[in-house]
Amino acid sequence: MSITDVEQGQSTKYKLQVIDCDIHPAMTSWTEVHPYLEKRWIEHLSVYGSHLRHAFSEALSHPRMSPDAARVDAYPEEGGPPGSSLKLMQKQHLDPNGVEVGMLIPLRWNPGSQRNLDFGVALTRAMNTWQVERWVKQDSRLRASVLVAQEDTQGSVAEIDARGGDPNFTQILILPRTDEPIGRRRYWPIFEAAVRNNLPITIHVGGTGGHASTAGGWSSYYMEEHHMVAQAMQAVVTSLIFEGVFERFPKLRVVIMEGGLGWIPSLCGRMDKHWNRLRSEVPHVKRPPSEYVRDHVWFTTQPMEETGSAATLLDLFDRIGWDRLLFATDYPHWDYDDPRTSFKANLTDAQRHQLLYANARKFYGFDV
Amino acid sequence: MAREQPAEVTDRPMRYAGAIDCDLHPAVPSMRALLPYLDDYWREMVSVRALDRLNLSLTSYPQNAAISCRPDWLPDAGAKPGTSLRAMQEHVLDRYRPRFGILNCLYGAQVFHSEDMAAAFCRATNDWIRDEWLSRDPRLRASIMIPAHNSELAVAEIERRADDFRFVQVLMLVSGEMTLGRRQLWPIYRLAERLELPIGVHAGSAYRYAPTPIGWPSYYVEDYIAQSAAFENQLQSMIAEGVFAKFPRLKVVAIESGLTWLSGYIWRSDKTWKGVRAEVPWVTRAPSEIVRDHVRFTVQPIDASDECEAVMRLVDHMKSDDLFLFSTDYPHWQFDGDAALPPGIPDGLFRKITIENALATYPRLLKADRAMEIAR
Repeated sequence: MSITDVEQGQSTKYKLQVIDCDIHPAMTSWTEVHPYLEKRWIEHLSVYGSHLRHAFSEALSHPRMSPDAARVDAYPEEGGPPGSSLKLMQKQHLDPNGVEVGMLIPLRWNPGSQRNLDFGVALTRAMNTWQVERWVKQDSRLRASVLVAQEDTQGSVAEIDARGGDPNFTQILILPRTDEPIGRRRYWPIFEAAVRNNLPITIHVGGTGGHASTAGGWSSYYMEEHHMVAQAMQAVVTSLIFEGVFERFPKLRVVIMEGGLGWIPSLCGRMDKHWNRLRSEVPHVKRPPSEYVRDHVWFTTQPMEETGSAATLLDLFDRIGWDRLLFATDYPHWDYDDPRTSFKANLTDAQRHQLLYANARKFYGFDV
Repeated sequence: MAREQPAEVTDRPMRYAGAIDCDLHPAVPSMRALLPYLDDYWREMVSVRALDRLNLSLTSYPQNAAISCRPDWLPDAGAKPGTSLRAMQEHVLDRYRPRFGILNCLYGAQVFHSEDMAAAFCRATNDWIRDEWLSRDPRLRASIMIPAHNSELAVAEIERRADDFRFVQVLMLVSGEMTLGRRQLWPIYRLAERLELPIGVHAGSAYRYAPTPIGWPSYYVEDYIAQSAAFENQLQSMIAEGVFAKFPRLKVVAIESGLTWLSGYIWRSDKTWKGVRAEVPWVTRAPSEIVRDHVRFTVQPIDASDECEAVMRLVDHMKSDDLFLFSTDYPHWQFDGDAALPPGIPDGLFRKITIENALATYPRLLKADRAMEIAR
């Protein structure tokens, strides 16, 4: 069943108004970015491929359970992978779901994880221009993310400053599996540039940093690998706080994207408890860690937690803070959240509007 | 180092009389204590390589960090916390009067890269625990330290202890050489199931891998916080690999894992399983059900500010009051005064946590007295 089918069966009482914070655009073919990439790097890619810290140059180490990790109904009639057709994206998602703003999160080529730093920076530059030319200019509802190759701090800062004044870009995108935990000082110039350009840092699941998936070694199954992305996000939040990033950059705002929600209150309680006991080690962390989360970190809602009861879900939202939640669908991926059905609770229209639309509008400062 | 003094918490210690304390930490005072239990070769190696001058305290538990020893349990200057049976008796065994206390020794023996060295020192440590602790206080029980990275040697060590019913559990670190579901480890689980020994998985790392999937954090406090993520991933590994399908009577006890992450764990894991179960066809039940049947958790630390509410919330989310086992985590500093369990836990749940759940988890606790009578 596609989304358009669902739409036909819905009552029209509540008019959907959505800001979707996580849409994955794809390329019909790799040559789409050639116009924005120097000849040297086009040749480099054709000869050496993507040089990452895992076994396959062009495939994930844990193959997903559906092709392209995509919804089965998201393949464009004209060919190409899911997410590559603007027409289908409009027909299947943007139009019927009342999406007023959709944030693009390109994941192809993983520029931030490229071991060749110059190549990574060149890719980010090309893919940032590609987002604007191929998508934003074709549909004014869409917004681009500033991809950065975070292991090259200087290159990242230059790219952030180059895109900073451009209203087509709403945020800086980094994948969590970095060389070092993201709060460490080598990345601070990126945070400084983010604040200077008034752009939030968005951490979306992914990346190949070379560190084992778990503290106890590499996982065998995708079932495990899919689970641990929530743990990677916990490590991201922990690192940002305990390195003192929010003390140093009080205006920095961070979005944790697609990392799940169930762990947020428990991580906050855990950080507070052990900070209290061990704070002599980290005198630069001045406040209970949960307070930094409350002031600096937002979370996208997909994949929505299925907590077994509506009351438990509402309690979870209460404990995270309703104003910290930004709606996302993850279109066109298999674990897509439908704005109509993904909240398994009876929300009031005001609550629904806050989650689907108002929080993101306020957070990103949209004038739509 | 200046230490924060514990707050005054009033609760009555006799409340815990008859409880089973599932996490007590005895410490090896120095390698000299183990010399009588090493064979000629390893005794010579200790001398040739000056192994006895090595401090084998784990990076996961810095000896002088606040979490490693509660201020009012600190021994005299210079001594390692947990080295004195007399102190453990004074602080826990005679004060709370548990019927049993289970010793989990965290020592370098189990993390040596050399499998032979790990096996020799695990064996010696288990002998030392038998002679210096188990034989000197009838309330004590112990976990078997094993060289987990070689299942053949680990199995041999478990077999060596099989007839001594005072060893009630097999001990592994949550972060060792491979994820705990991996099939190389199954001989350990097969034997543990047969001998009715739960697998106790304790917080701590051999540091074969970075403590987080995003690399090495700067601070110890980050490592400690990340322990709960390690537990989640190990549960996910054991479930996905099919450990509990293969060994349906196996029990796992997560020790010092923290608790509050469990809600998020089952929500995410159940949802993921529904989506990807075709990858693991032997996982025929939701992970939350498997956890309810096979996994237990020692209560300290309760990693929440509203401790009693947090426990009650977990019982509600997990739909079970069988999961939690009383522990003081002595001498680690997790609670103040006598509030080993937070005030406000209802009597029925209190009794489950302090006594009944442990008796249902450790079959050998009941058999131990009888076996010792026969031996005599």
